[in-house]
Amino acid sequence: MIFGAILAGGVGSRMKIADRPKQFLPLDEKPILIHTLEKFLMCSRFEKIYIGVHEKWVLYAKDIVKKYISEPERVEIVEGGKDRNLTIMSIIEGIERDYGKSDDHIIVTHDSVRPFVSIRIIEENIDAALKYGACDTVIPATDTIVRSDDGKFITEIPERPLMYQGQTPQSFKMSLLKNTYNSLSEEQKAILTDACKILVVANIPVSLVQGDVANMKITAIEDYRVAEAMAGGEKRD
Amino acid sequence: MINSIYQLVSPHVFSVKYQQISREEQQVIVRPEYMAICHADQRYYRGLRNARDLAKKLPMALIHECAGTVIKDNSNTFSVGQRVVLIPNVPGDDIKGIYENYAPNSGFLSSGKDGFMRELVAINPDRVVPYDNILPSTAAITEFVSVAMHAVSRLQVLAHEYRNDFVVFGDGSLAFVVSLVLRNTFPKAKITVVGMTPKKLDLFGFVDNTYLANELPEDYRCDHAFECCGGEGSQSAISDIIAHIRPQGTIVLMGVSENPVPIFTRMVLEKGLTIVGSSRSGRADFEKAIALMSGREMQTRLSSIIQEDEPVRTIKDIHRVFETDLTTPFKTVFRWNI
Repeated sequence: MIFGAILAGGVGSRMKIADRPKQFLPLDEKPILIHTLEKFLMCSRFEKIYIGVHEKWVLYAKDIVKKYISEPERVEIVEGGKDRNLTIMSIIEGIERDYGKSDDHIIVTHDSVRPFVSIRIIEENIDAALKYGACDTVIPATDTIVRSDDGKFITEIPERPLMYQGQTPQSFKMSLLKNTYNSLSEEQKAILTDACKILVVANIPVSLVQGDVANMKITAIEDYRVAEAMAGGEKRD
Repeated sequence: MINSIYQLVSPHVFSVKYQQISREEQQVIVRPEYMAICHADQRYYRGLRNARDLAKKLPMALIHECAGTVIKDNSNTFSVGQRVVLIPNVPGDDIKGIYENYAPNSGFLSSGKDGFMRELVAINPDRVVPYDNILPSTAAITEFVSVAMHAVSRLQVLAHEYRNDFVVFGDGSLAFVVSLVLRNTFPKAKITVVGMTPKKLDLFGFVDNTYLANELPEDYRCDHAFECCGGEGSQSAISDIIAHIRPQGTIVLMGVSENPVPIFTRMVLEKGLTIVGSSRSGRADFEKAIALMSGREMQTRLSSIIQEDEPVRTIKDIHRVFETDLTTPFKTVFRWNI
């Protein structure tokens, strides 16, 4: 079975304009999280879509799903963990509780604050996870990437054509992700910044899916303004 | 939900517009699966329409030939996963005796309103026609077949009862589909196709005769005629038809001309001819087209005028399919995976 896993565990807002986490801020009259969820609900291959939310916001998330979504039975809210990967593990736990363990389960993890994800990207993630076991959504780097080990001087400038910027979704065979995560040492876990790195650290291949510049992550006030402008197209049919 | 709409903003330039669609309205949400390019789309893409029309109609999503899959239906008319084709005509005033495609205040998606180049299409259930036994790449040209259906049904209503000899002027995909519909509607009639290109005429194996325009015998006569040339070819085709058609015959004009076309009215009057303009189609024509296309033989024949290009995943690919379309004489279809 194929499951969506929307990561909405954050509690802070770097926006300085709101009293709530950014995934709950309105974008053209609906919370950002709802836009993201609606796009996932358009993919009929998902058995269910799980949303990982901080315990303080679980009830609020349930309220808005009830308010905006006409098929709440396709959505399950679970309490997230203290970091991104622990939230994914909480979701996996929830899926295994509801559907049992299986090597055939696929999980498509996605940032709740990327509401412009396209159906093409979601579909290609599912296909790549089925075929290769794991995939990451990326776009070619447009800016030159500069590496500095001390923050003062350049250590290295990698060749730009080989550089990509990671987006989400990141999709996996669920058992592969979980088993690999559990096999890592605490030191290895400490350097993880995203879920694909769990497999990369363990030398397991992760395939690439072509992302889209529009699949932006709304993290700062500037992104929010851009997203508001993008989503502001009026209805015309 | 935020939907992506791929609009032509000026010739050769696309831009994405993001627009809310409500998942709660009584509409069907369809994921486009296959699309086909029409000459009208190509004229917008290449900037061949006059500047005033372009300024008035753009930005606009192109494409009005589309087959897709139902993703969600709040009207409970279709089940999720049902394969469907979409009707681009937007009904206007409902007047008895007037077809929906000519009714005042009717509209058309991809002519003043966004066409089907969208990630998802939210559309009223009466603009959706289900199909099952047709390849999606063939179902993509249903709108095109329905236009031929409409033209032939108009002839059936308007023309006198002698229906033994038909001529179709033109050798492109429209002429091909009109000839196929005629063959099916009048199995015993003699069908002649007149064109300009021997290679294209070779594909019309199911008609009785084909001629190059300059080799049409002087004494050739027909009961009724379909003009499927358009553009610069309209004038000579209409002149030839008027010269060869029998008295009180019906001429159905289907080709689009950008400029006014002179017609030899003296001979139209003398022969008592009926000239009928036929354009676009309505739901009834779509339903008849689906029924006709469900036959295996019809699908095989249609496949000879369909060229499938690689799937479209990005805006770059949209440019590619329009370029491909210029290099093929017939219908370009492509999978939509944006």
